[in-house]
Amino acid sequence: MAAEGHSPLAQFEIKTLIPLKLGEIDVSFTNSALFMSLTLIMVTLFLVFSMRQRALVPERWQSMAELAYEFVANLLRDTVGNEGRKYFPFVFSLFMFILFGNMLGMVPYSFTFTSHIIVTFAMAFTVFIGVTILGFVKHGFHFFSFFVPPGVSVVLWPLMIPIELISYLSRPISLSVRLFANLTAGHTMLKVFAGFIISLGVVGGILPFAFVVALTGLELLIAFLQAYVFTILTCFYINDSIHLH
Amino acid sequence: MPQLDPTTFVPQLFWLMVTFVLLYLVMWKIAIPRIGDVLQDRQKRIDSDLEKAEELKKEAQSVREAYEKLVTDGSNKAQETIRAAREKVAADALAQHASLTEKITVQTSEAENRISAAKNQALADIRTVAVEATQLAASKLIDQKISEREVEAAVSKSLDKERRS
Repeated sequence: MAAEGHSPLAQFEIKTLIPLKLGEIDVSFTNSALFMSLTLIMVTLFLVFSMRQRALVPERWQSMAELAYEFVANLLRDTVGNEGRKYFPFVFSLFMFILFGNMLGMVPYSFTFTSHIIVTFAMAFTVFIGVTILGFVKHGFHFFSFFVPPGVSVVLWPLMIPIELISYLSRPISLSVRLFANLTAGHTMLKVFAGFIISLGVVGGILPFAFVVALTGLELLIAFLQAYVFTILTCFYINDSIHLH
Repeated sequence: MPQLDPTTFVPQLFWLMVTFVLLYLVMWKIAIPRIGDVLQDRQKRIDSDLEKAEELKKEAQSVREAYEKLVTDGSNKAQETIRAAREKVAADALAQHASLTEKITVQTSEAENRISAAKNQALADIRTVAVEATQLAASKLIDQKISEREVEAAVSKSLDKERRS
């Protein structure tokens, strides 16, 4: 199948749609950029147009927008508390961006920009840098006490501090790889089994077809779940920076 | 793996930054305030409705209490009236009973007096008749006139004996 140009990984290829240059920098509008833009447009349309009536008793679209809002708001309140309100626009944008990116990726022939490690890493790294700065702004040098677990004797500090430090520094990696790997693996698997349908023909293809149908349901769940996981971990990191431990 | 091709990194990062910053601004300035306002208004409305309902409930409670008090008072008053009437009837009956008893007692004692007088009279009469009858019977039987005093003594003796037995 690779010979026909239908490798399971072909769906992740970045294709330049409009070549652009900003000075020396390549800022071409690619299929990835197209789906990021689509995500932006759809989230905006969804949240702005569904709320245009501002009804006291919401109809369907408005109630979905409110549901999304309250879902993230509760998430932030439960993990961080009231001090987290300031970061709600960022956390909410992050959740909607990843969720819509993942969901758009489930449309056949579309592109999933969250399946690219550079995109997920950039988001995770932004969160990492953000919460680190937040920690230093809130606590100054006292923020370093975060690397000393409470109730641990001084003897164990030389062991505990490097462990805590490594676990802290690996946060952007685990956060980005989790999202990237889940999406990539899921989409690759879908493609592989979809390829079996063709190669096994009408009769033999029924089994992989049924599998692909079931897998699509699972992937929709994962699309939501990974957006949720990314968001709740961001909330936990914000909480760590504000409250330490 | 297309994800590891570094030449695609820069345009992806650039457009990620552009779209995410735009999304952030739209969320921050437009979407979130709108949804937040609607939710807040609804919460306020629900709170005020609940407050109103609470007030109405309290009012209903006080009306109900007043009504119950009225019913209780009326009931108590009726009980009181019934009790007073019953007591009056009982007292009247007692008084009537007492006066009647007194009257009967008086009449009874009068009657007893009359009876005892009549009895004494009868006893006296019997003595006289007995004396006369004895005198007559003796004169007829033994043809001898016995003195009245003698007869009287005998009769008295006999009657006393009779009375004693």
